[in-house]
Amino acid sequence: MSNELTNLGVKEIRDGVKAGEFTAREVAEAFNAAVAEAAELNAFIVTTPDAALEAADKTDAKRAAGEDLGAMGGVPIGMKDLFATHGVQTTAASHILEGFKPEYESTVSRNLWNAGAGMLGKLNLDQFAMGSSNETSYFGNVSSPWRKEGSNAAMSPGGSSGGSSSAVAARIAPAATGTDTGGSIRQPAAFTGICGIKPTYGRCSRWGVVAFASSLDQAGPMARSVEDCAIMLGAMAGFDPKDATSLKMDVPDWEAALSSDLTGKKVGIPTEYRMDGTDQAILDSWEQGKAWLKDAGAEIVDISLPHTKYALPAYYIIAPAEASSNLARYDGVRYGLRDLPEGAGLQDMYAETRAAGFGDEVKRRILIGTYVLSAGFYDAYYNQAQKVRALVARDYEEAFAKCDLILAPTTPTASFPLGSLNEDPLTMYLNDVFAVPASLAGLPAMSVPAGLNPDGLPLGLQLVGKAFDEQMVLNAGLAIQERAGFTHAPERWW
Amino acid sequence: MSDYRIQGATGEWEVVIGLEVHAQVTSNAKLFSGASTAFGAEPNSQVSLVDAAMPGMLPVPNAECIRQAVRTGMAIEAQINKYSRFDRKNYFYADLPQGYQISQLYHPIVGEGQLLIEADEKHGIPEDKVIGIERIHVEQDAGKLMHDQHPTMSYVDLNRSGVALMEIVSRPDMRSPAEAGAYVRKLRSILRYVGSCDGNMEEGSMRADVNVSVRKAGEEFGTRTETKNVNSVRFVMQVIEYEANRQVDVLESGGTVDQETRLFDVATGTTRTMRSKEDAHDYRYFPDPDLLPLVLEDDFLEECRASLPELPDAKRVRYESELGLTPYNARELTHEVETFARFESLLEATTKATGKTDAQVATQVANWALSVAPGVIKSIGDEANVANATAERQASILAMQDKSEISGSQAKEIFEIVLKEGREPDEIADTEGLKQVSDTGAIEAAIDDILANNQDKVEQYKGGKDKLFGFFVGQTMKAMQGKANPAVVNQILKDKLA
Repeated sequence: MSNELTNLGVKEIRDGVKAGEFTAREVAEAFNAAVAEAAELNAFIVTTPDAALEAADKTDAKRAAGEDLGAMGGVPIGMKDLFATHGVQTTAASHILEGFKPEYESTVSRNLWNAGAGMLGKLNLDQFAMGSSNETSYFGNVSSPWRKEGSNAAMSPGGSSGGSSSAVAARIAPAATGTDTGGSIRQPAAFTGICGIKPTYGRCSRWGVVAFASSLDQAGPMARSVEDCAIMLGAMAGFDPKDATSLKMDVPDWEAALSSDLTGKKVGIPTEYRMDGTDQAILDSWEQGKAWLKDAGAEIVDISLPHTKYALPAYYIIAPAEASSNLARYDGVRYGLRDLPEGAGLQDMYAETRAAGFGDEVKRRILIGTYVLSAGFYDAYYNQAQKVRALVARDYEEAFAKCDLILAPTTPTASFPLGSLNEDPLTMYLNDVFAVPASLAGLPAMSVPAGLNPDGLPLGLQLVGKAFDEQMVLNAGLAIQERAGFTHAPERWW
Repeated sequence: MSDYRIQGATGEWEVVIGLEVHAQVTSNAKLFSGASTAFGAEPNSQVSLVDAAMPGMLPVPNAECIRQAVRTGMAIEAQINKYSRFDRKNYFYADLPQGYQISQLYHPIVGEGQLLIEADEKHGIPEDKVIGIERIHVEQDAGKLMHDQHPTMSYVDLNRSGVALMEIVSRPDMRSPAEAGAYVRKLRSILRYVGSCDGNMEEGSMRADVNVSVRKAGEEFGTRTETKNVNSVRFVMQVIEYEANRQVDVLESGGTVDQETRLFDVATGTTRTMRSKEDAHDYRYFPDPDLLPLVLEDDFLEECRASLPELPDAKRVRYESELGLTPYNARELTHEVETFARFESLLEATTKATGKTDAQVATQVANWALSVAPGVIKSIGDEANVANATAERQASILAMQDKSEISGSQAKEIFEIVLKEGREPDEIADTEGLKQVSDTGAIEAAIDDILANNQDKVEQYKGGKDKLFGFFVGQTMKAMQGKANPAVVNQILKDKLA
């Protein structure tokens, strides 16, 4: 029974609990057990089985009382450890916040609990969401449940939402929250054969989410089906007066309007995404994706996004610049780590605390960000990058005059073994080359599984929509899902 | 033109002054959080999660603070920028939880404006002068460090952290300590009229960064120093005096003035180096990505404009032209919000009590408000309960005086009793016998008596000794115990001695 339950997704659990096929408590117990058995993946920083049970019991009681169970009623989920959770350690996977228990709950997690979800635990991630392989966490690497055929090497689950992707792919959580600054939902989803959508910037409140790069950070769901993403995104999103960049718009019922019929829709194929270094298997799956969408009724058109090649460099100026300022608050004064050697003054405390508290990748980005904002460099770097960002956004505007949706690969390669890229930050950064442009433009973008490469590793296809048009993205994702028939699951080794 | 000059060994030096005034915005809540702004609360009792910069906390602009900045801009006839933006000023300090101050460097909310300082010959301002204001921007205040709570540690109080400030930046248009003092006083007056800042310098609601340089007449501006956080008009003037003389000494002994930030020492009245240009921070300003640009709608601007009260200059002109007050009285009455408010309510009550127009009683009311009433209050010191001195009671005193029912000295006596005991002036005048006698019968009787008893003097008067008229008046008043209406006494005496 419990193994069957952990194979279920969000929609199946919600509907099954509602129909009385099983109780929410049974579901929570099954996932709690699966989480406990999967310690080897290191997907969780802390587990909260009691919280999952408590939420489940609430749902069961509501059902007994004949009350509405909510959009996520009875569904236990994993919470990326970037979201502040009241009374539960929230670290951003950094030593500098180790032991920090917020007195507040992030808006997104609060929305999910209000919709009936429960928390299995706090998921591991790249430290402060900076990384593409989940190797920068203070709490250790996360392993993907997937392995190359014929190899026992531990593979990267992608990053920064690597704990989320690993847990959902391993079926120790039916769904998880992610955050995406420059691909941190889509790339890990692609690496692990699951779905993940980054909505339009402003759909999900950033209040209570540890900030990386404020103008780019956006939360979204990660799950194994497009329907599950639609349901969970609906529960997460909504205007929040506590976030000045929050969208003051109603949240559509994405689940109800799901349709894989793309008749009359035009799908743009950006020519600039044919880059050197892209795997043949990726290019093949892109061709396959075109065929699937055509089959769903769409017309395929070539489009141009001419500033694509400048997007990644601009991103690696803007994101670190914002991060260098956003992370200034971790200073040892009010909360988190304080390293105060005997007789030290304020400056020594800052230096010692931040040297001990931040990991190498975080320090690297703080240094880059500080540099590009410095007097004499600001115009050449930060201002120039902002201009590029505006041009990238304009590329999309012009492209969307000719199409309703853009299809591209999510990543240039499939997953790689842990440890194989982390000596070379530039190669690591290239992982997000296809994901970053949509982040700079604030557009909704999703990765859906397309198949396996010759090594037996998952590949993802990326769909980018117009601002506020998550529906189009989800619908096209559904069309691919129906045709790809991706039912592969990693073989359990943990 | 100010004739203020520093007399150096090499000749006269002119002083050039610019002021950056930080004014705390009057608002119940902080600039980007809902926390309270009340002064004097227990340390760290008015700190929201946002003010403490907890992870994931976000700023949301407080519309009231924006409104107050816009209204202030309008009050100095400044350009209001419909598009403005917040920038982060990055630096580390223990009183700055975010590690940056949210301010407005590139696109301030208020642009070019101006302020008039009035001629004040006595204090070295020979004529009215317009001082340019470059900009007003809004920004967050920092917290406070307390170094006296523990032998080796410093404590942090974040009550002020995040409180909204307006930084009002003048042009380097002032040329003497007196002009700078007048500028700060006038600015304070305008802020208090508008209600955008309480102007309380002791509580730190207003403080100035004082930029001073010196030059020989006709030369380019010299290198300036900036003295931070000066918190009274007197100190602003002291800083200028000291800095100007110091800079002249430096220059005349062959040195150069360093562009630097200085601190004022209240105890010695001197300034000293805080940090030099080489130590200056690189604040790495950039647009705050947590906040969208601030775009002001026309409706909002109209509402701001409509809510502006009559401002000091307009009020002063109106007091002279419509109420016929002297320039001195008009100026004295319009400096302070409390003063004009008291005057106007007393004026209204007095027109009601006398049935006369504003212009007919304004001078009497102004003299009462500026000199008579404060004199009485001062003379009885602690015994005065000013709460007893309602506008209605004072107006009824003025009305009795207007009708010659009481004399000026009786008015003061009655007011004294009002202050001490809170009784009604009419009743006091009756029961305490503080009323002039205008009853001609009683006065005539008294005069007849006096004339009969002083036949010799009557003869002398009639013989040409006019001065004796005063003697008869005095005798009559004495006989009437000072309560006779002098006009009536004069008239009857004249008739009888004719």
